[in-house]
Amino acid sequence: MNGLSTLMTFSDEQAMLLEVASQFCRDKSPMSAVRAQLASEAGFNQALWHEMVSLGWSGIAVPEQFGGSGLSLAEVATIAEPMGRHLMATPFVSTQLFIQGILAGGSEAQKVAVLGKICDGAMGSVAVFERDGDWNHFEIDARALMTNGQTVSLSGAKTLVCDAGVAEFLLVSVCLAEEPALVILPTAEISGARRSREVIIDETRRSYRIDLDGLIVPVSSLITGRNAADALNAIRDAGLLLTSAEAAGGIAGALDVIVGYLNLRTTFGRKIGSYQSLKHTSAEILIGLERSRSHLYHAASLLAIGHDAEIALRMAKVESSDSFAFAGDRGVQFHGGFGFTYECDAQLYLRRALWLQYSFGDATHHRRRLADRLLTNPG
Amino acid sequence: MSATIPQDIKTPSQMQTQNQTPTAAELETFRQEVRLWMTVNRPADPGFLLPESFMEVGNDAQFEFLRQWQRKVYEAGYLGMSWPAPYGGGGKPQAYQDIVNAEMTNLKTPFVPNTIGLNWAGPLILAIGTEAEKQRYIRGILSADDIWCQGFSEPDQGSDLANTQTRALREGDHYLINGSKIWTSLGTYAKYMILLARTNPKEPRYAGLSYFLVPMHTPGIDTQPIKKLTGEFGFTQTFFRDAKIPASCLMGKEGEGWKIAMLTLTFERAVTGGQAGGIARMSQSVDDIVSLAKNSRRDGRPALEDPMIRDQMIRFIIEDQGDRLCQSRSEIPALCAERPSALGLSAKLRRSEHLRRLYQFSLSLQGANAPRWMGDSEAVEGGKWQRAYLNSFSSTIGGGTSQIQANIVGERVLGLPKD
Repeated sequence: MNGLSTLMTFSDEQAMLLEVASQFCRDKSPMSAVRAQLASEAGFNQALWHEMVSLGWSGIAVPEQFGGSGLSLAEVATIAEPMGRHLMATPFVSTQLFIQGILAGGSEAQKVAVLGKICDGAMGSVAVFERDGDWNHFEIDARALMTNGQTVSLSGAKTLVCDAGVAEFLLVSVCLAEEPALVILPTAEISGARRSREVIIDETRRSYRIDLDGLIVPVSSLITGRNAADALNAIRDAGLLLTSAEAAGGIAGALDVIVGYLNLRTTFGRKIGSYQSLKHTSAEILIGLERSRSHLYHAASLLAIGHDAEIALRMAKVESSDSFAFAGDRGVQFHGGFGFTYECDAQLYLRRALWLQYSFGDATHHRRRLADRLLTNPG
Repeated sequence: MSATIPQDIKTPSQMQTQNQTPTAAELETFRQEVRLWMTVNRPADPGFLLPESFMEVGNDAQFEFLRQWQRKVYEAGYLGMSWPAPYGGGGKPQAYQDIVNAEMTNLKTPFVPNTIGLNWAGPLILAIGTEAEKQRYIRGILSADDIWCQGFSEPDQGSDLANTQTRALREGDHYLINGSKIWTSLGTYAKYMILLARTNPKEPRYAGLSYFLVPMHTPGIDTQPIKKLTGEFGFTQTFFRDAKIPASCLMGKEGEGWKIAMLTLTFERAVTGGQAGGIARMSQSVDDIVSLAKNSRRDGRPALEDPMIRDQMIRFIIEDQGDRLCQSRSEIPALCAERPSALGLSAKLRRSEHLRRLYQFSLSLQGANAPRWMGDSEAVEGGKWQRAYLNSFSSTIGGGTSQIQANIVGERVLGLPKD
């Protein structure tokens, strides 16, 4: 469409980062390591997290004055893509969403209080979804009520809170005096009974329900008004970018599994990759991958320079998550009977794809929003 | 503007000038100049539907209209701007021609029709031709005095170019050509053909092929117009019956035909640059579909307000934008490192299939008027969308069908086994 930006920038530093992160994820997250974590409580390897922190990845998008590297979400996406490819599950993305929320809406004191710890390795996450499954972050049922000048009392529950079992801080959306607000909640202050593990389709992830009823928090932990709206939008933008990055990486990972099997398995005296129905579908998956990466790095380029990236982000999410779901779906099918088993890696990608597809809005949701932005009605 | 084309042979200092990068301010001034010139000089609506590309030129009126337009653009100095001045080019940095191309696209001017000359034969001759060939052919390509056509495809060969059967037999100082070529665009108007023919029938496939620059007025060469699925003409079949051409028509050496044909195709696909410029197609895009939806009705309201249509339209816009962004990404090697050929080898498949489905969709926007055809007074926009859909198969079939393209992507990019 004429008038849409086609900007794409990728610095030498990003190129280097992509290379390093790709190598790191390939080495540290072979399928055996992914499978070893499926049934574990935390879902990831703590030593691995410490390595990532020492590489500076955790605080890569945190400004230098708060202890980070002062880079942007574009660099975060560059790391998230290979993580998605190798199904590497750590609280990296959750922590980045927390950081973006704090940066966009937190006060100076709030930033100082949490960002330094995050750069030193503390994990964070966001609690923005509820039982009704609405993707609109501004439709909030959980309540915050001023009890006196010093504290607020919370009620309701948040769901699909990733990595809440290990996160030191949660950023929780609530409704305060009919307005969206956010609460910075140190998990040390809430009892274990308030956190219950949810069973989700992607077994590499850890998701929790957080029960807020009767929880009292200090006013100083609140983000309100315009700041809260900015924070919620920043969480949505980062969520769209990083789910798109993980999905784009996931397509490449699924394609590796598919191509590997198509070059290995023989039926009726031929390698199955020689059959056009499989070959052409694989080409279609590749095209989905190519278009997804193009949308992804365009959206990242816009975010990095602070431009309005809403259109680009929604497009990236639509293209990458549907293409990944298609790759996962065909990946299972192309493995035949083996594809129907738990042992086949295709299911890991399909289940990851289904998680990402419905995180932060599916394709229909975003096409609807894009139509509102792009298709103006005649006078 | 024609005064700005240096007619003299370049001195080393002028060569230097050509390599200097123009400043942004210089380019912007130039852009304004081009925009003004195009606005003032673009031809009036001829009163008949123009073809969508050089492949669709179906009658003399269309051809003459487009040929005149190309001549005018060239004489203004806006075609072949980066080609060497001694042969009729502009001797300027490519950035100038890029601006002209972009403005022609934006302003939706008619296209320049000598596509095979401008994008295939011209760049090829400039790259590997002899001095005499450059002197003889380049200026006529740019001015549209000499129309060129292409003789690669044959009736029984499908997408398999290496299976070329047309024979070129050396007899003294000439070759005798026998056989036939098909899908020759502008065949009836062309003065020259780039021809791929077999000089050695004993060599298998690639090795026995040679490349010729053939004068079409040679006795023994006949062109037979082909009626397309639209009912229009636009291609010919070309028959060679003992057509006697001078041995000097051979390009390179005997047996180098395949190599030269592949080089030609890299120009066609604009992989290497070197094209003369201008635009080669009628500009129709997803934006035009949005206008179409504004002007057609559903339940008394503009079709653009229908939620299902909006959803469908956004799918096309995302896909179109994805391909535009693939173009941006192709210029960043670090983001193409793993499969460097993926974007290039998938481009034709992505674009041609996108357009075919887009035109198919454009019919649905016309409601009950969708089945009207060119010539009907009530046909939406003269029936150009219906024609565009049927003609879109020329891109999904020509130059290797989408099915062959998918094989190429599967085998060459993904490394899947051949049949």
